[in-house]
Amino acid sequence: MPTLTYRDALNQALREELQRDDNVFLMGEEVAEYNGAYKVSRGLLEEFGPRRIVDTPIAELGFAGIGVGSAMVGLRPVIEMMTWNFALLAIDQIVNAAAKIRYMSGGQFGCPIVFRGPGGAALQLGSQHSQAFESWYAHVPGLKVIAPATPADAKGLLKSAIRDDNPVIFMEGEMLYNTKGEVPEGEHVVPIGKADIKREGSDLTLICHSKTVSVALKAADQLGKEDIAAEVLDLRTIRPLDTDAILGSVAKTHRCVIVEEGWPYAGVGAQVAYTIQHEAFDELDAPIERVTGADVPMPYNRALEKAAKADPAKVVQAAKRALYLES
Amino acid sequence: MATKIVMEALSPTMEEGRLVEWKKNEGDAVAVGDVIAEVETDKAVMELVARVAGTLIKQEVEAGATVPVSDVVGWIGEAGEKTGGKTEKVEEVERVERVEEGKKEEKAGTGEKPEKAEKKPAEEKAEEQPAETKAEKAEQEAPAERPASAAGERVKASPLARRIATERGVDLSGITGSGPAGRIVQRDVEAAKAGPRAEPATAPAAASGPTGRTITFSGEPFRDEPLSQIRKTIAKRLVQSIGPIPTFYLTTVVDMERATEAREALNALGEGKVSFNDIIMKATALALVQHPACNAWWQDDHIRYWNEVHLAMAVALDEGLITPVIRHADQKSLREIAAEAKDLAGRARERKLKPEEYTGGTFSVSNLGMLDIDEFTAVINPPEAGIIAIGRISENVVPASEGLEVRKQMKLTMSCDHRVIDGATGAVFLRTLKRMLENPLAMVY
Repeated sequence: MPTLTYRDALNQALREELQRDDNVFLMGEEVAEYNGAYKVSRGLLEEFGPRRIVDTPIAELGFAGIGVGSAMVGLRPVIEMMTWNFALLAIDQIVNAAAKIRYMSGGQFGCPIVFRGPGGAALQLGSQHSQAFESWYAHVPGLKVIAPATPADAKGLLKSAIRDDNPVIFMEGEMLYNTKGEVPEGEHVVPIGKADIKREGSDLTLICHSKTVSVALKAADQLGKEDIAAEVLDLRTIRPLDTDAILGSVAKTHRCVIVEEGWPYAGVGAQVAYTIQHEAFDELDAPIERVTGADVPMPYNRALEKAAKADPAKVVQAAKRALYLES
Repeated sequence: MATKIVMEALSPTMEEGRLVEWKKNEGDAVAVGDVIAEVETDKAVMELVARVAGTLIKQEVEAGATVPVSDVVGWIGEAGEKTGGKTEKVEEVERVERVEEGKKEEKAGTGEKPEKAEKKPAEEKAEEQPAETKAEKAEQEAPAERPASAAGERVKASPLARRIATERGVDLSGITGSGPAGRIVQRDVEAAKAGPRAEPATAPAAASGPTGRTITFSGEPFRDEPLSQIRKTIAKRLVQSIGPIPTFYLTTVVDMERATEAREALNALGEGKVSFNDIIMKATALALVQHPACNAWWQDDHIRYWNEVHLAMAVALDEGLITPVIRHADQKSLREIAAEAKDLAGRARERKLKPEEYTGGTFSVSNLGMLDIDEFTAVINPPEAGIIAIGRISENVVPASEGLEVRKQMKLTMSCDHRVIDGATGAVFLRTLKRMLENPLAMVY
């Protein structure tokens, strides 16, 4: 199996879907002539031409709206947001148009659209460019939210997202684009709504997604040195949530730490924790722990930024609380 | 509002009690703790005490009546106050059950509707008192283990711990939680299942077996040892042969010349009498310290090796018998044992023993020597694994270094639960006991 970067895995998914279905097109800032701000769309203009690969002005609300309109009449747009921070400008089209048009038109119009781009913090990009918005979009009925952690999942899930008949929020990671992993060639499709056990364990479950998968895996390594077997469950899809996988793991381990990049208040982990306590109350041996980004605008200062992020040490500490090994 | 006086479960196995005598008359003032009546249980005559203060308004039953546990026997309240009669027993039964966790479920289904929802908080509070006290009494039956929380207090346990406890029938109120603020978590319930004070798996002591080891006082009252395969097989096969306790017997003849001398010398001090039975109990306790394999309880899926010696002694009553327990007998002087044995036996015959005084023994001694029995086999009192039966001291002609001589001799017969004690294990214990009695100085050596 070839080893690809996360970036190239996304590129492969886009290329294969553009080849497969003439209704698919990519639109966004710098996606064509510049090959994408993060080079995800490298070579696509050359292969598919300006009808399929469309550069836009710096006008997120505008091109998001064009995308929604084109989806309503049968095309399958992939709208690239240079980052999800900029998509705040387009959120009216995403929440008020894309998410609701099927419902409000009584099913007369669908909206098979993918909004994709990098989310979360990178390094010292400041408060306004270091935000994880998964829970914002997951809050909205009508949207599906995906945040893959590995190149293989990125490819397989982007293909599923493009083929889905509903609006999909597809969150990548600036810090993930260069990570490498084996990616199946050709028709590799990962179903939406299916979590994945990235590491098996029996003592507690670390629930994570996107960038925090590597954080959880590192924490699991450290715990392993102390003979604690942590299971790492990658949600992959935030909405719809893979409740069966979560409950199955918690039924096995009885203890759980939820790790996410975003803020704690009303975050993804809050919803997951609710689901666990409600559906698996009698399986729990300890309160569910959460490790999140700090509840502050992301500091620019390098040391403060590091301190504000979820990291393996914090996960190890939370795991030990859940195991009653530390208070 | 008047408060019920109910027939309380004054012993662990009590289902009904005979109200022997009212100690307070209708109209008498009572304070909390006052004795209201004497009640004869299946084991002893006990005192029924007031749980609330007020006036004894009404006696619902006459002296001599036998009353099921939880039934109303009277009322305490303000003078002249109306009472509810004898019918309000169901609620009280339910309350007791809640505390004792479903001990007697069949009683709840008497068809009468509990009135709990209509009760005013003040009354609820007043009524909780007897139930709590009962639960405390029930806890005292377990001789050594101190439960984590007082009855009535909410037991804090994780949902998983609660589920496991329910599945395995473990009583959470008897478990000490290791989580924050004493929360009972999975590991606590599982440890309790294996035995409340199982040693951590890492403890090196777990590797060495019970035989050849004397009791070391670690502060833990006992040590639970999981059954080895060979013990499981022994238990299974022997129960098929002689069941349910596969008992075997070991008899030895003990020369009692020196013990007789020692006893006479001690009694000549004029500081209280010491009996042969006291000497034998003291020696038995000390021998058990050297052979903890015999100081154990069969617990079905494990064996509990006690680190404390609580010696039960059989005392004949006019009707039946009872086994009061001398606690920590190995650590008591002969004089203390003699005094305690005399006190316990006396109160046993008057049927005044408290339940905690006749439960929790780790080994038993039974003596029919004073009734001229040469030797006999005693019946094991489970979960204990052994009992010593003492015959009379007789003068026998025995071979001496030159010719023959007449010596005082006594036969000891030990009954052993073969699931716990093997032949050789029992034999070496009995040999130690024999040597101690034949040379009483060995007890202080």
